[in-house]
Amino acid sequence: MSNEVKKKYVPDPNSAKFKLGKIAADAYVDAQAAKDRGELIGWCSSNFPVEIPETLGLSVCYPENQAAGIAARGGGERLCNISENDGYSNDICAYARINLAYAKTKDAPEQNMPAPDFLLCCNNICNCMIKWYENLAKELNIPMIIIDIPFNPDYDVSDAQVAYVKAQFLDAIKQLEELTGKKWTEEKYQEVMEYSGRTSRAWLAATAEARHTPSPFNGFDLLNHMAVMVTARGKKEAAEAMEVLEKEYKENVQTGNSTFRGEEKHRVMFEGIACWPYLRATSTGLKSRGINMVTTIYADAFGFIYDDFEGMVKAYCNVPNAMNLEHARDKRVKLIKDNHVEGLLVHTNRSCKLWSGFMAEMSRQISAECEIPHVAFDGDQADPRNFSEAQYETRVQGLTEIMESKKGGC
Amino acid sequence: MLLENGEHIIGSELLVAGIGTIGAGKIMEVVLKKAQLTLSEIDFVMATGYGRRNFEPANSELSELSCHAKGVLFKNPLVRTIIDIGGQDAKVLRINDKGILENFMMNDKCAAGTGRFLDVMANILQIPINELEKSAELAEKPAKISSTCTVFAESEVISQLASGETVGNVIAGICNSVASRVAGLAKRVGIEEEVFMSGGVAQNGGVRKALEKELKVPIQWSETSQMMGALGAAISAYEQVKKERCI
Repeated sequence: MSNEVKKKYVPDPNSAKFKLGKIAADAYVDAQAAKDRGELIGWCSSNFPVEIPETLGLSVCYPENQAAGIAARGGGERLCNISENDGYSNDICAYARINLAYAKTKDAPEQNMPAPDFLLCCNNICNCMIKWYENLAKELNIPMIIIDIPFNPDYDVSDAQVAYVKAQFLDAIKQLEELTGKKWTEEKYQEVMEYSGRTSRAWLAATAEARHTPSPFNGFDLLNHMAVMVTARGKKEAAEAMEVLEKEYKENVQTGNSTFRGEEKHRVMFEGIACWPYLRATSTGLKSRGINMVTTIYADAFGFIYDDFEGMVKAYCNVPNAMNLEHARDKRVKLIKDNHVEGLLVHTNRSCKLWSGFMAEMSRQISAECEIPHVAFDGDQADPRNFSEAQYETRVQGLTEIMESKKGGC
Repeated sequence: MLLENGEHIIGSELLVAGIGTIGAGKIMEVVLKKAQLTLSEIDFVMATGYGRRNFEPANSELSELSCHAKGVLFKNPLVRTIIDIGGQDAKVLRINDKGILENFMMNDKCAAGTGRFLDVMANILQIPINELEKSAELAEKPAKISSTCTVFAESEVISQLASGETVGNVIAGICNSVASRVAGLAKRVGIEEEVFMSGGVAQNGGVRKALEKELKVPIQWSETSQMMGALGAAISAYEQVKKERCI
């Protein structure tokens, strides 16, 4: 028997991984500290314009982010059961079920967050969000500020849509000023906009390094790092950490290194939210076959590039779940072509009816245009009862064998 | 399935049961015994199907998707669409003009549209699974079985029988229900002739005929449709040996 004591892995504090992990963890600590100081804090949906609370100096937590963390650490089923026992259908989003249960129990050892004093809701990611936040507002008896960004059936965002949404942004700012006593200043907004732009540019530049073969990173890294893009993209430290990430990936390209361990035999695009309760199983199923998930629209969706207030409004109207099928398809086709993707792996996510619903037709169109195979597997972003590892394995192996035969192997 | 020189089937057996890989182990013993061979005389063992990764005697493993494609193309190289309805899943495979698996579509993990659905229904009706076809032929007006969920469909079947529906009509309705579910998958992949049906359910003429009606194409099948996956695995084993020996 070896007497060696396994050393605990200590990440380099100058690495992007460490910095990004710290920012994501600090978001909860900072919100709790603000709450302890007597400040009003909010819960915020993931595609709500983060620039608004950031400019006002308000601390907010992200229930979707917390639910993903709880699910990844094995607490999803417990909290889903609590909501279901309260009458919520297991057909609704598992993030919603987890969060509604958390709002009731106010405790989850996997990831706690302070109770909210107000809610910030934006439906550009899905419409389930509205009822979820309405119920929270009613249960907790707190105000809810909603920005309605309807699904855009046209390819481009119209001036009329920008005007409709801009008025709501301004109204949300006014409501928050009245509610919290904090003031919006143009100077602070310019600073936040600058950091948000820097963070987004560095993030998109980092993910674009996947165009190199082999990719300088394992695509599953993006799923972890994107927590910062969701929660903190308007902060200075987020911009700095993302610039470190971009630098590291560029260095990896130069030195031939990668965070993907092993030989990169195939490159796929992953579609949908990660299957958090089975992150290891889904990632191992790919890695063991030499498949690197080099890109996903889910990660790039949180890179917002704009130059002014109207540009910001437009960017939030142009997120993947709010754009029409042709536009969404073209964005994915570009990612596939830019990153030399050989196959498309689609997570048919029981929680996300909107996203999973349009993927059947979009997969068909992408597959035809890019001449790559696509395969879908059943799962859920947070409810572990909706996934079968054996079924996943068969589908991934089938996809691998097709990719191999296209390369002339097998 | 025991294959000699990639051409001659010298033994095959079927066991529709088994826990883990015990069934596969037993079957291999029987096949080897009948062929008067030992495992050490076999050049390459290829495992396929659920549990393929845990079958110890295997030299390698291949998904049943590729195996069904190889098996069917061995029988008829002109096939371009394969419909495989097995016990645990249903899939439609698209073969390109070079005879290579190009794309596929599988059912979601629900049992509707799979052989297990038929097993459950045969069990309630207390009719052996291989007699479903005969009973379906007696149908005058197939009953409508609309539930996707196997358990709900079971209740529907019981209710229909209790309301006086004939067994033949109910069985024809069950076959139509499976066919309609799988036809949806097939249409998504795109039907290109020639079409072949593999897997155990291919032996059920009720489902086969219902599928032909839904898809409006003739569907080929074989008495050995259920063995196509094993045949494909054996062919693949032969290909591996050829590759290793640079034949």
